[in-house]
Amino acid sequence: MLKSILKNIIFLQLLVMSSSALSVVEVKEFSSEKMRERFHVLVTELRCPKCQNQNLADSNSPISADLREEIFRMLKEGKSDQEIIDFLVVRYGEFVMYRPPVKKTTMMLWFFPGVLLLGGLAIIFSVRRRQMMRATDDLTNNKAGLAVEEQARLAQLLGDKKHLGDKKYLGDEEHRGDNSDASHTTGERK
Amino acid sequence: MARLKLFLPLIVFIVLALFLFNGLERDPNAMPSALIDRPIPDFSLAVLSDENKQVDQTIFQGKPALLNVWATWCVSCRVEHPYLNKLSEKGIRIIGLNYKDDIVAARQWLEVKGDPYALSIVDDTGRMGLDLGVFGAPETYVVDSTGTIRYKHVGVVDDRVWKKYLLPVWQQIQQ
Repeated sequence: MLKSILKNIIFLQLLVMSSSALSVVEVKEFSSEKMRERFHVLVTELRCPKCQNQNLADSNSPISADLREEIFRMLKEGKSDQEIIDFLVVRYGEFVMYRPPVKKTTMMLWFFPGVLLLGGLAIIFSVRRRQMMRATDDLTNNKAGLAVEEQARLAQLLGDKKHLGDKKYLGDEEHRGDNSDASHTTGERK
Repeated sequence: MARLKLFLPLIVFIVLALFLFNGLERDPNAMPSALIDRPIPDFSLAVLSDENKQVDQTIFQGKPALLNVWATWCVSCRVEHPYLNKLSEKGIRIIGLNYKDDIVAARQWLEVKGDPYALSIVDDTGRMGLDLGVFGAPETYVVDSTGTIRYKHVGVVDDRVWKKYLLPVWQQIQQ
């Protein structure tokens, strides 16, 4: 047990380390820690125009190297983050932004996942509610076709003291007959 | 209503299939140029044939031209070159942008393979390429007589590409 956990930890560590080894290493001298951080955020949020889904930080294509250099130069010049992003958008289009602005053409991109999530939740809730309703229905009307004793036991197990005490409920043959009919109709309702 | 529910998986499948089928037709490398209908960015760079001669964006004024980004390290440019020679023979003005290249190798290339360019601008740092939004060679821009970029093609220009994409734009800007 302990061994397997250890193994997993080592494996995870290797995974993490290998991904960091993939990022391109260049030596850049930043005048401040703040600037280094800004550079890091920019190159991870801007996309390499030449590549398929890689940011500037991860890509080792020549164009990415150029763009990193350009961003670094602009940072040194004291340009703001927005100015740098605008500079790249003017040249390469909104394609370069991993976080595109919210507008008409990107509406779907921004909000569709939320809509999907809400839709999924709605479906789950409605299905669950129907299941619950049917379950209580089955219990009160004995659609599950349980024998009388079983029914009583079930009620007891469910801790439904009201039903357990209900004399009419136990051994009501006529009632049971009605219910088998009822289950028939529900079967058709599907 | 209950019947409809039975068909739901089929409907979902069809919608998905349509989306994915549409995706098959698309070129994942295709990217609309942000510079379409904008002027050629300002520059001041040397000419390949004469290092001491500087040119700027005014060379695009007055006459429509193709701006072709090329380099000797670019394999596809080798494929494209004979077709550019042909276009040049037809009298189409092509301006070259020698992108991040070795000047000596570039001159040699033009000597051996022929020179389709009215002139080649030397962009050894890639600064001009950056301003143009170049992300790889070859790239070909159609520039009208006011120096405005009208179309951009990424990749090799051959007979098919020329007739299908570039020629219609080219004819349009002649008027």
